[in-house]
Amino acid sequence: MEKQIILNKRHIDLTLKRLCYQLIESHNDFSNSVIIGLQPRGIHVVTRLKKQLEEILGKEVVCGNLDITFYRDDFRRREKPLIPSATNIDFVIEGKNIIIVDDVLFTGRTIRAGLDALLAFGRPARVELLAFIDRRFNRDLPIQADYIGKTVDTLSEERVSVEWSETEGEDKVILFTPDSNE
Amino acid sequence: MNNLSVEHLTGIKDLTSADIELILNTAETFKQVINRPIKKVPSLRDITIANLFFENSTRTRLSFELAEKRLSADVVNFSAASSSVKKGETLIDTVNNILSMKVDLVVMRHPNPGAAKFLSERVDARVINAGDGTHEHPTQALLDAFSIREQLGTLEGKKVVIVGDILHSRVALSNIYCLQKMGAEVMVCGPTTLIPKYISELGVKVEHNLRRALEWCDVANMLRIQLERQDIKFFPSLREYSMQFGLDKQLLDSLSKRIIVMHPGPINRGVEITSDVADSDQSIILQQVENGVAVRMACIYLLASKIGR
Repeated sequence: MEKQIILNKRHIDLTLKRLCYQLIESHNDFSNSVIIGLQPRGIHVVTRLKKQLEEILGKEVVCGNLDITFYRDDFRRREKPLIPSATNIDFVIEGKNIIIVDDVLFTGRTIRAGLDALLAFGRPARVELLAFIDRRFNRDLPIQADYIGKTVDTLSEERVSVEWSETEGEDKVILFTPDSNE
Repeated sequence: MNNLSVEHLTGIKDLTSADIELILNTAETFKQVINRPIKKVPSLRDITIANLFFENSTRTRLSFELAEKRLSADVVNFSAASSSVKKGETLIDTVNNILSMKVDLVVMRHPNPGAAKFLSERVDARVINAGDGTHEHPTQALLDAFSIREQLGTLEGKKVVIVGDILHSRVALSNIYCLQKMGAEVMVCGPTTLIPKYISELGVKVEHNLRRALEWCDVANMLRIQLERQDIKFFPSLREYSMQFGLDKQLLDSLSKRIIVMHPGPINRGVEITSDVADSDQSIILQQVENGVAVRMACIYLLASKIGR
């Protein structure tokens, strides 16, 4: 299995910084905006964004995690039950501007489920999507991101994995084709 | 471990400790869900569940129905009192007739021990036992375990005493299995006539003095005297039972440590537990009921995920 590195640590840092300034452009000081990361992998992007945004703005940026397990459309189509992660939204989303964050935007089905899950918490004013990696030619649903870290062109059998120093030991984004027995 | 080892939930006896752990962890996320502004998730929108109650029930039946509805399943209810069972139909015929209307999962309460197991071996649907006679009541034991874990952080090494009518109680048997599998120590306490003769074979302690039992435990689970199952007199009078085995505030306050008081309901106030204890801040009776919905959602969710398409 050959692994190709699409982004290394330096690229990731630059990309995150650019995304932060893009977010500030449309959300000013985040006084009515919150960031929600999708479990399980989107939350790492949020952790990094939060840190940088707070350094730039000099104030706290409200962030949460959202688990979408119970809203997925592939329940019972898998061998094993989908095991949920924690949801942590301890603020009111009513009337807020929300930025949903995930690491890889692929078929769009996760985001569809994320929107359903989010709306169970109330009625936000506006919802936007930030995808750290956008695999643009593989969409099943009409969903596009408002903020994109990097667009990559991939075949549907390829995988893109965003790895972080906190969990995998190193910041990098890799592209690979899994072995057929995987 | 993220899959149940069983195809039906007929009793705690068949579950492994990993199964129980999985159910309790899943229930935690469902507890978050039922405390949201919109308490419903769409997971089971293509599943139909039949609730078959051949015996009276308020809490369990409502709890199952709410759990099913909050998972977006379609629900049909059935109670023996108003059905063709009265006309002489057998259990399997009744259930097969219901299943031919395309039902995927059956929740059943029945007065005969083993009814759920019997059914699970003979019909083509997942079966959840909601109480079978004096045998088992697995979801009650799971919600009790969930409630204890929520209060004390863990079940490992905790001491739980079950007080009252152990002989006729399905809650007691399921609780004993469940607590022991999760590493807790269990004691039963009650009059000699209401404690099964060989219960110590299950590895539980037996105590006939309520004060000594309460001094030993971290949690006391007070059971109701099931007069409807008692065909002979097991003790002279309810008043005498209540004097010896009833928990009142005076006794609770005189203990050397603060214990948690549980009750599976329905409560007979003034018999096994007095009103001031039932309503005190040491009692978690209403939390148990709340947790019941989350635990039942977890059981249904995990079993339903095994239903083939």
